[in-house]
Amino acid sequence: MGTTASQLGKDLLSEYQELTFLTKQEILLAHKRFSELLSKDERNLPNTRVSMERILTLPELKSNPFRERICHVFSTSDQKNGSLSFEDFLDLLSAFSDSATLEIKSHYAFRIFDFDDDGTLDCGDLEKLVNCLTGETDDTRLTTDEMRQLINNILEESDIDKDGTVNLSEFQHVISRSPDFVSSFKIVL
Amino acid sequence: MARNVNFDLNHPLMEAGLESPVDEEGVHDSFNQLIAEQSQNGGISDGYELQQLQRELDEEGRDDVAYLSSPVREFRGRNKGRRDVEWEEDERQTDPLIAERWSSATLRILSSMPSRTIGRSRGAIISQYYNRTMQLRRRRQSRPSIKDFSRSARPSIRGYGMEADEADGEDTEVSKRERLVNNLQNLSVTDRIRMLRAMPLSVAEKNELRRLALQKEKQTLSGSKLPCCSRLKYYIIIAVRQSWYSWLSFLHSLQLWQMPLKRVSGRFGTGVLSYFIFLKTLLYFNLFLFLVTGAFLVLPQAVHPPMLPAERRPFSGLELLTGAGCFSDSVMYYGYYSNDTLHKSCKDDGAVQNDSVSNSTGHDCVSKRLSYKMSLAYFFTIGMAFFITCIILVYSMSKSFGQSFRIDKSHSILAMKAFCSWDFKVIKKTSVKLMSENICTQLKELLAEVNHKRVKNTVGQKLCRLMVHGLAWTICIVSTAACVTGIYFFSDYMHQNLQQSSRSVNQDPLLNEASLLALPVLVSLINLLLPGLFNLAAWMEDYESPSVRTYVAISRNLMLKVSVLGVLCYHWLGRVAADPNSIGLKCWESFVGQELYRFLLMDFIFTLLDTLFGEFLWGLFSEKVLRRRRKPAFDIARNVLELIYGQTLAWLGVLFTPLLPAVQILKLLLLFYIKMSSVMMNCQAPRKPYRVSQMTTIFITLLCFPSFLGASVCVTYTMWSIKPSVSCGPFRGLQTMFQAGKLWVQEMEKHDPKLSVVARAHSYLVEHPLFLFVGAGIFLIVIYFYSQVVDGQRKIISLLQEQIENEGEDKKFLITKLQSIHEQKRTPARRLTSQDSTC
Repeated sequence: MGTTASQLGKDLLSEYQELTFLTKQEILLAHKRFSELLSKDERNLPNTRVSMERILTLPELKSNPFRERICHVFSTSDQKNGSLSFEDFLDLLSAFSDSATLEIKSHYAFRIFDFDDDGTLDCGDLEKLVNCLTGETDDTRLTTDEMRQLINNILEESDIDKDGTVNLSEFQHVISRSPDFVSSFKIVL
Repeated sequence: MARNVNFDLNHPLMEAGLESPVDEEGVHDSFNQLIAEQSQNGGISDGYELQQLQRELDEEGRDDVAYLSSPVREFRGRNKGRRDVEWEEDERQTDPLIAERWSSATLRILSSMPSRTIGRSRGAIISQYYNRTMQLRRRRQSRPSIKDFSRSARPSIRGYGMEADEADGEDTEVSKRERLVNNLQNLSVTDRIRMLRAMPLSVAEKNELRRLALQKEKQTLSGSKLPCCSRLKYYIIIAVRQSWYSWLSFLHSLQLWQMPLKRVSGRFGTGVLSYFIFLKTLLYFNLFLFLVTGAFLVLPQAVHPPMLPAERRPFSGLELLTGAGCFSDSVMYYGYYSNDTLHKSCKDDGAVQNDSVSNSTGHDCVSKRLSYKMSLAYFFTIGMAFFITCIILVYSMSKSFGQSFRIDKSHSILAMKAFCSWDFKVIKKTSVKLMSENICTQLKELLAEVNHKRVKNTVGQKLCRLMVHGLAWTICIVSTAACVTGIYFFSDYMHQNLQQSSRSVNQDPLLNEASLLALPVLVSLINLLLPGLFNLAAWMEDYESPSVRTYVAISRNLMLKVSVLGVLCYHWLGRVAADPNSIGLKCWESFVGQELYRFLLMDFIFTLLDTLFGEFLWGLFSEKVLRRRRKPAFDIARNVLELIYGQTLAWLGVLFTPLLPAVQILKLLLLFYIKMSSVMMNCQAPRKPYRVSQMTTIFITLLCFPSFLGASVCVTYTMWSIKPSVSCGPFRGLQTMFQAGKLWVQEMEKHDPKLSVVARAHSYLVEHPLFLFVGAGIFLIVIYFYSQVVDGQRKIISLLQEQIENEGEDKKFLITKLQSIHEQKRTPARRLTSQDSTC
């Protein structure tokens, strides 16, 4: 699609609206914010990508501990460097929008938490996830013993088929019982 | 081959779950066959996937599967410094499939299992959505299209090529995509859009799918446009949904105190937060009560003020405390309301007409007059307000029960906390840090609770504990009993005092009024001091689990408050109302209303004093003088019980003081800000944080059961069997308040004989106890049925879980089989090198 980043055609706009959970206003706002990240001559090029470093300067993502994972999950770049095109950016916002369904949210949450991209949450993923949640400082970090116990308990609770990892369906099963997840898995521009 | 799963597949639920058992079997068969053939022919037959994998392996070596085992290795590597033997053993236990070090081919198969590809592979997503569109189509069209069903569309091993797989994988993906596109274009426009939106694919891919679907549609349906009405429907649906979302987001922004609540939860966790949320709930209840009484009672009466005795007492300032004096002849109390019928002509529709809901205006309007009977309005307004409050309470109680007590009893709290607790909306650096801390404490507390279950005590220790508990309970019960007896005799003394002073004329009225404050002060003092004693007892007992400590504290405080209120109710309804003339009262209802006002106010003042001295000054004292590092923790149980106590007073008083909810609203508003700042300044996040999952449920239940039920029993008793004052109030001249309704029905019957059915229904429904029994019986039967249904669901869930576990065992079994076949096939030399590279 020959999208020049400088303007957004009417057809394209309605197309995006049809394919994402965003409203027209949200898409336009997203476009504005996205072009602010680009330099002037980049704006006229079609399909420009913004590097992960620059995406992460957005205040909405700046202090999120999962910021790099979010970029990697939504990036369609061939080099797997986490850079986002405008469409990827829309994908990101769509998944984190108000009206996105529980299913799509839980799917992307799963991929964000799957740090090694192997399709399941294993011990390593869970440890990284917990570390992200509790922060990296020493006083909030769990001790080794606590971490081991925590991971064992999480697996015990959610690993239904007992294969030592949490797969997507098991993850969604856990998520479906938390009424707050939909409201907390949101990013507002 | 597969282990015999002991489960009835013909169960209706199971049938609903499996769309085509034949297909499922086919998949299993092919898998079994695959292994069997492999073992017979050594991989020369059409065990396709294995062959394919084998070939790739030979070509590429084992490097590209390293990522499968790498997470574990990395994980171990990082923990190398601190890991111990136990840790490693544990990990092997929880990770049985990887820890046993499979050969790379097995790992490869493992990684392409449906359960693992679904979270990663695009092909898997596409085929999942193919199935879903299929279901949708079948549902929408009810036209069976079996030819579209193919085995490969099911999530089977055959269908899941990995993204990295060569031509074959791409091939199946292309065909799958074609089928998906085919399905998509057969869906209606709205369904297609919804489907496309809900697919977890990137916009570019979705766009491609959409384009293909539209293209094909153009080819097949060339020229035939969408029906106009369906397009219109689509636009209307979009518009309605958009407005609904904006409405929702508007409502969301209206929520009261969002920011302060968030700050509190960020700093003190869910426990303290639950107190403030409870306060907010109470505020809404009072707002409702205030609106109802304000609209139906206070406003009509304020618009038509009754004839008042000319002399008005001057304002002295003491009224604010006692509620007596110049307040007593105001719209605030029962005595002010008249028993007149307020008249308005039909044309002149003011506020009064809109308000008259309780007594239907229909036939009055015929006579060109619209009447608003104050007594009826009073009766029905209070009745309806209590009824609606009861419904709301029961509803919220059941909802919160539903949330905190799950049917399936699986405790996935830790997993839920880990997966769902991060709030992605939070963008401020400090708040992120707060949230991290919060989650950390919550995780720690959950872990502590899990650990706690494993500790065992010896018999001697148990006996000792039991004795300590017994002693503590004795202290609490004896002190409560003593206080309640004290209140009983003191109120009796005050009553006699009033009797004497009513006989002697020459006394200072101000002093008289001030003496009324003695009882509320005493009760509030007891309410303030006794919980301190209870805390002391709890400290002596030294409970291990913080939640048990909270429950014990709640039950002790509850005991105290219920008995105090019981004695007070006896004092008001038994002593004062029975013989109002003996203490020179013209209007005992107003007097009781004033008493309740005084109690409510005193409760508030003592809470303030407690906050100032107990929290603020004590905090300063312990910090400066005792040199303690820790600030006191916020006592949730006591504070919530105080709120419930105040609310009970408010509910008790609505009948006598229609404006009491307004006072309560003011009190709660002030209390919120005072408590909030006090908590922020003086308190510290609890050292032993505890889970408060069921706390809200317990609060609501307490609010419903002793508090609301007690208040409504008292109010009903007053309405049914106590004679109202002769010279004041809307019910003057009647034997009981309840008679107002009865008289009205009789009158209506007289006016219009056709309505005699209503009268009879009224007398049956309200006066016969039979109806009450029948209603209660039906209620109990419904509860019984529900509990049976829940029990059945529990059984089914446990059976299903058992089945899933069996399936997992099967999987492990199959994989071991696969591995052993693989091992057999290899030359010993190869095995050596392969082990070197994978381990």
